[in-house]
Amino acid sequence: MSEPPTAPTGTAFSAFLFGTRTAATSVFALVIIFTYVGFGALAHDYGFSVGWAMLSTVLQWAGPAQVILVTGLGPGTVLIETAVAVGLSSVRFLPIVVALMPLVKREGSRPWQLLVPAHFMAISVWVEAMRHAPGLPRQYRIPFCNGLGLTLLIMGTLATGLGYYLQSALPAIFGAAAMFITPISFLVSTARNARLLLEKAALGFGLILGPVLAFSQVQFDLLWTGIIGGTLAYVLHRVRRARNAAT
Amino acid sequence: MTFGMEPYLALILLGFLPSEIWRWLGIVLGRGLDEQSEIILWVRGVATALIAAVVARIVLIPPGALASVPLSVRLAAICGGFLAFLLIRRSAFAGVLAGEAVLIAGILAFGG
Repeated sequence: MSEPPTAPTGTAFSAFLFGTRTAATSVFALVIIFTYVGFGALAHDYGFSVGWAMLSTVLQWAGPAQVILVTGLGPGTVLIETAVAVGLSSVRFLPIVVALMPLVKREGSRPWQLLVPAHFMAISVWVEAMRHAPGLPRQYRIPFCNGLGLTLLIMGTLATGLGYYLQSALPAIFGAAAMFITPISFLVSTARNARLLLEKAALGFGLILGPVLAFSQVQFDLLWTGIIGGTLAYVLHRVRRARNAAT
Repeated sequence: MTFGMEPYLALILLGFLPSEIWRWLGIVLGRGLDEQSEIILWVRGVATALIAAVVARIVLIPPGALASVPLSVRLAAICGGFLAFLLIRRSAFAGVLAGEAVLIAGILAFGG
């Protein structure tokens, strides 16, 4: 495990550089590179251009949704269904951006100033932002998130191009391994960040409820798992807090 | 596949907008909240449970190439990776590498 790089002093630019160093030493540098080499190869398989594939990474910045888009644009697919599937898979961005905002906003921040750091938000960037940003002075948090997000986004975009051209050279096993790196990295990094009972409980409830709702063909299963699992964890947290206060 | 501008139009309308709209909505809803507020605690719970649901979904109902890997191998890989994370100083690197190692060994042994 790498030690977090030391926090910067001084300028917004040094906070930005701290973000780039955090990105470079994060487990997510590895994760993003593998994910997007896999995505680039997939886009090649499905007959898209390299420019399209790289632009998809820049604009969407959402691994699972990009896979859905590439595989859902072929002949015979209903385009609106593809758009809905992309939207449903990306619903996780809503709570992570909501949770980030109070941490990074400043007095008088305008919404458009928050568009850039919000665009960089994916689970990878959010996990590292929530880990390091609270330790920084408030005025450096947005530059830090921008350095972190931009570095990982550039890595992902270059890896997309690399995977596109490596497609024929990659072993057959690579595609499966590249797709598996998303769930394993989400799981261990979220567990690592879970310090509160609330977060540990939410992780456990989500792992149990997710499959139950998905297999019972509930619509919007990801969203419901988040709301129900998160609420149960929050209630547990309140009960425990009340009990601690009473004793 | 179609040619010309159509794939780019599809990327904007079917790929970019349906993803980005959640980030924009997150700014609108989160901007006015206080860092220490109760609702932010609840939102963190929701975000964490949702990430866990994504993990479960990809492992149990996998997309593309992962679907051809037997379920037992996928489950062994996610559990093995998590165990390695717990045992090796709660290192995310250790968890990811161990999970991938189990997956690859499983594919080589049982096919994929």
